[in-house]
Amino acid sequence: MIWESWNAFLEMGGAAQFVWGSYGVTVLLIVAELVLLRSRRVHSTRRLSRLIRAGQGRKLPEVQGS
Amino acid sequence: MSTSESRFNLYHYAAPQAFYPVAGKLAPVFAVIALVLTTVGLWISFFKAPTDAVQGEVYRIIFIHVPAAWMSMFVFLVMAFWSAIGLAMNTRLSALMAQALAPTGAMFCFVALWTGALWGRPTWGAYWVWDARLTSQLLLLFLYLGYMALVAAIDDPRRRDKAGAILCLVGAVNVPIIYFSVKWWNTLHQGASVSLTKAPSMATIMLSGMLVMAFAAWAYTIAVALYRVRVLILERERHADWVRGELARLGEAN
Amino acid sequence: MSAFSAILRRDMLLAWRSRADLLISLAFFVIVGCLFPFGVGAEPNQLRAIGPGVLWVAALLSCLLSLHRLFAQDHQDGTLEQMLLSPDPTVLWILAKVLAHWLTTAVPLLLITPLMALLFDLDGGAIRVLTASLAIGTPILSLIGAVGAALTLGLRGGGALLALLILPLFVPVLIFGAGSVDAYLAGTGASAHMLLLGGGVLGALALSPIACAAALRISTE
Repeated sequence: MIWESWNAFLEMGGAAQFVWGSYGVTVLLIVAELVLLRSRRVHSTRRLSRLIRAGQGRKLPEVQGS
Repeated sequence: MSTSESRFNLYHYAAPQAFYPVAGKLAPVFAVIALVLTTVGLWISFFKAPTDAVQGEVYRIIFIHVPAAWMSMFVFLVMAFWSAIGLAMNTRLSALMAQALAPTGAMFCFVALWTGALWGRPTWGAYWVWDARLTSQLLLLFLYLGYMALVAAIDDPRRRDKAGAILCLVGAVNVPIIYFSVKWWNTLHQGASVSLTKAPSMATIMLSGMLVMAFAAWAYTIAVALYRVRVLILERERHADWVRGELARLGEAN
Repeated sequence: MSAFSAILRRDMLLAWRSRADLLISLAFFVIVGCLFPFGVGAEPNQLRAIGPGVLWVAALLSCLLSLHRLFAQDHQDGTLEQMLLSPDPTVLWILAKVLAHWLTTAVPLLLITPLMALLFDLDGGAIRVLTASLAIGTPILSLIGAVGAALTLGLRGGGALLALLILPLFVPVLIFGAGSVDAYLAGTGASAHMLLLGGGVLGALALSPIACAAALRISTE
């Protein structure tokens, strides 16, 4: 163990703002990306399901895969 | 596209319908790998790697800064690779892969810039210096943003895929030119007073921490790109029958 | 070759008929150049130091301003599709259009650059180097810009999007262009910069019409 105490760990030898600023923002961005991805997934599946339900009676325009 | 399915295995998975379940199976695997590697990497970074003799504790930023910078450059290369394949072979999936990778690459690019600035303040005395690496990284971020903006601005899926692919390739050709020109400009203007990675003898433990974090970033990128490409595939193939089935299944799960 | 000269003549004529547009991008160049002394102060030494860079940035922005018109008109009236269908090599008439763009936007700018340079108190040699670097560098801007213009053809927010796409790609041109004057002033000579810019022109000549043709096909599909 290279840290004498939890406080020493948190202080990072006086560079706490820089080290934790870096790691904090990275974690924040990763969480934000995951949340955005999740919400996009939820939204688009809901939207697509609605579209398909709305178009159930009629025939959807024939779009060949490509 | 469907004609070559039986001939060669890879072609089979080039069809979005075939790739969708594969991506669904692989993504959690890579997510777990990313989680494990990140835990190990952070443990090495904070509890195994000793204090740096010159820089003190600040150098611990290296464990995210360098992997993020590597990742941001590498992701752009991978996007260019997929773009070239997409243009040459006319496969839809390649363009979707490039589009799925872009936001993650841009995120890593920003992380590299942010951590570089926070590292620069205590070591160079300024948040930002027009160092060749930082400047090229900034321009790379602009390339990412340009790609994402172009892709977002085009409604027609075919045009979106191909225009994005061309821009990505043009950008990839320019990345080395930008890097060398900026480096040249940099040496002319302020000499080689700033050197970031020339730590004379990087301890093995520091290097291994950096590598583990780099692999974690890899696994994370793959996992997120696979999750994202699944959403893109659903949106793109919404008229196909199998998507209806999948949506119905998802609807029940919700 | 007749297709090349026909398109070139046609585009020059069209540009001449709407010469107000050309004057606007020229006036833009002049005004951007004139704004800087107000922003950074009129101290002659400082002006001499920033002059080449400012004029290069102004030239770059002025080029950007006119780029989105490169294919827009032809796209709207359907000429573009006709030209894509024609048996003439696509690359050839793209080059003709780019050349016309360069002749109508960059050349006037080159002519006025010595006057603008006087505002920044540059000496005769520096003015010659600056004008020469612009003469060699601006074709690269037109060539790369044509790819961006083809990609963003007919998109909403086209102008701003075009700027976002191609300004990062202009950075090397800016570095070597403005750097040539600095090198001249520092006494090391500008030939290395000029050669690199010349290499850039050749590279852009070889690659960008191909990318531009592909982009146009995609955008008009």
